[in-house]
Amino acid sequence: MVEIRVDGAIPAAEVPDVELYHAKSWITKYVFCQDAKVIAIQYSLTAMGIGLVALVLSWLIRLQLAFPGTLSLISPEAYYQFITMHGMIMVIYLLTALFLGGFGNYLIPLMVGARDMVFPYVNMLSYWVYLLAVLILVASYFVPGGPTGAGWTLYPPQAILAGTPGRDWGIILMLSSLILFIIGFTMGGLNYVVTVLQGRTRGMTMMRLPLTVWGIFSATVLALLAFPALFVACVMMLLDRLLGSSFFMPAIVQAGEHLSYEGGSPILFQHLFWFFGHPEVYIVALPAFGIVSDLISTHARKNIFGYRMMVWAIVAIAVLSFIVWGHHMYISGMNPMFGFFFATSTLIIAVPTAIKVYNWVLTLWRGNIHLTVPMLFAIGFIVTFVNGGITGLFLGNVIVDVPLSATMFVVAHFHMVMGIAPILVVFGGIYHWYPKITGRMLNDTLGRIHFWITFLGAYAIYFPMHYLGFIGVPRRYYELGETAFVPPSAAALNVFITVAALIVGAAQIIFFFNLVWSFYKGKLAGSNPWRATTLEWQTPETPPGHGNWGKELPVVYRWAYDYSVPGAEQDFLPQNQPSKGPSRQAAPV
Amino acid sequence: MSVLALFLAAVMAVIAWWLVQQRITTKPWLETGPIGDAGAPSLPAAKIGLGVFLAVAGTLFALFFSAFMMRMNMPELNAPEWKPVPAPAILWFNTGLLVFSSGALQWARAAARRRRVEGVKAGLVVGAGFALAFLAGQLIAWQQLNAAGYYLTANPAAAFFYLITGIHGVHLLGGLAALGAAAEKAWQGITAKEIQLRIELCAIYWHFLLLVWLVFFGLLLFTDPSRPGSGLISFICGML
Repeated sequence: MVEIRVDGAIPAAEVPDVELYHAKSWITKYVFCQDAKVIAIQYSLTAMGIGLVALVLSWLIRLQLAFPGTLSLISPEAYYQFITMHGMIMVIYLLTALFLGGFGNYLIPLMVGARDMVFPYVNMLSYWVYLLAVLILVASYFVPGGPTGAGWTLYPPQAILAGTPGRDWGIILMLSSLILFIIGFTMGGLNYVVTVLQGRTRGMTMMRLPLTVWGIFSATVLALLAFPALFVACVMMLLDRLLGSSFFMPAIVQAGEHLSYEGGSPILFQHLFWFFGHPEVYIVALPAFGIVSDLISTHARKNIFGYRMMVWAIVAIAVLSFIVWGHHMYISGMNPMFGFFFATSTLIIAVPTAIKVYNWVLTLWRGNIHLTVPMLFAIGFIVTFVNGGITGLFLGNVIVDVPLSATMFVVAHFHMVMGIAPILVVFGGIYHWYPKITGRMLNDTLGRIHFWITFLGAYAIYFPMHYLGFIGVPRRYYELGETAFVPPSAAALNVFITVAALIVGAAQIIFFFNLVWSFYKGKLAGSNPWRATTLEWQTPETPPGHGNWGKELPVVYRWAYDYSVPGAEQDFLPQNQPSKGPSRQAAPV
Repeated sequence: MSVLALFLAAVMAVIAWWLVQQRITTKPWLETGPIGDAGAPSLPAAKIGLGVFLAVAGTLFALFFSAFMMRMNMPELNAPEWKPVPAPAILWFNTGLLVFSSGALQWARAAARRRRVEGVKAGLVVGAGFALAFLAGQLIAWQQLNAAGYYLTANPAAAFFYLITGIHGVHLLGGLAALGAAAEKAWQGITAKEIQLRIELCAIYWHFLLLVWLVFFGLLLFTDPSRPGSGLISFICGML
């Protein structure tokens, strides 16, 4: 038996305990606040607010698909504006902002044992620039012509040509909003990365970090390197639209008139967009991977299986995600050899991803599984992610993708893998950390009702949608009309999907009611209701006070997953519990 | 995407090197006790922050260069719209100005290290002066090109020139704002030691912008049809 114990003098902290910013007025405490916890809540509420707009838009999209022509307010132009805004809001303004700005801001300083982010002022600016970006996006509903209806990919040349909804103002506001979002995110992202690098407390090595931090950290690095591609694409398209340059605009004859554009390349935009767009999937997925690992370990009372592999897999996925963007462009007329390369790299990503799924399942194996609400959402995520991932294997292959491209199958795939799956984690994470943020538990019964309607409802929406794709129902169409190859039963299926979508959407009221009701009436949580090991649960106050840790920063003595250690008095050992007492032992060599 | 691939490969190499320092092969479940963080960088947070920012800004410029080169090498689109921009002679002069600006800040950095406040002040003023002169020179280059018919909407090659020099100029303006804040501190009577970090950050940022400019200027020169060797870069781009 080999036991490794590393005792000895405690080394100095990597960074001296910094002097904290202190709010002097109500405004600087709750509005222009530099405390990462307040910024996290600001980010989360704004993201959820704009997310609700996107939810309503999805209802309108579904109503049109199920009952075409019934609602007079849904014109073809309005329909394209709905799908564009829904997609962009969900991917960028909700999920990216919520995972990195919301969870990142709240959890990174607490989990690494820091008092705050390293650049609090820049962190505050990050939120306000994000808010400005959201407001500009919303403003596009109030300008002549309304928001852009170019589709969330904003492909030129049609995005800026007459005939596309929102060509006059909507597209300008969309591009400006995205540019601001990226600037704001970069400010926040610098904080998340440097705080993980520099703000860790004594004893908190990188390999002792909870996987939540690894997930958010890697996703932030990914985002910092991928968002510039979207920035470049937006700036260039904005110049094409406003100043008449021809970066993406080829020579075009429209309605008999030769436009002044010539020599631009729409394919160049596609490369730039997807060079950002594919890493974006993992910008959303990696934090979800990390959070789910912690939820499963905590609620199964078992150490995460294969921690090192989990870290390596996160890093491998992050690196690989930069060389797969071409799989979004199989039908753009690219060289078939590129298709082969991108299909191969895409399928290789399945390896580290599968490692993660196996490790989650093996963590659950013979665990003391508590089916709490966060655990339900975590398990729901694993199942959904596997489902969405498997259809990704279909679409990653060029020869299968070509007929399925631009059908409802693609819509079903990406909603499962990067819509439903991460949102289940968002909910799981909120149910898990709400007691720390507010000091009160969310209502359990309401949580369970919310979970089952959302989980089963999501499958009622997206499973049939795969079938629609298989029989050739195209995506993006305002209405199908009479199409020879689509049987009439597809219309009935569309009605079924819409009813499910309306129910799932409405069920979110339960969640928001729970958030508000529990804030006032919820059961008092205490400091560590889940009996978890990570540092955020060991703060002297709940909710954590300004500066997080009282007088002394915590010292870390062990990794984040000491659950059910044999011989220990309780079934968890907090990371800051001194090393006297039981510890794990290596298997006999 | 060759420029971008090279740049990201360099960033990945740094990340890989850093990861190796983090003892990522250890078995943390077997280690209890307050162990030191061998891999934690000893640099100030602001310097690490600048490093991360330069990686982001570097990616941004690498993407612009990649887009420039990809567009240049799309032969099906090239006739007749892609007309490479002849590099105006003033760009040589501007390059010299930026080199001097960078040099002046390096001088200020050395002065701060030797705790000579007067040297810091002089370096900052000279550095900022040359930077402003560079920006003015770039505007003159724009005017010259515009007068020669290479205006923004004329063809994509010209548009790329305005775009990339513009974005570079905006970055330099941002640097000047930071430099101004540092200068304000210097004139408020702060000691050289206290201002040293700010000056260092400014100098590093200036060197980075100089490097970006040299790469772009090099690209322009190699793709200028009136100069020998113009086909070289196109050939390399084609290969990659």
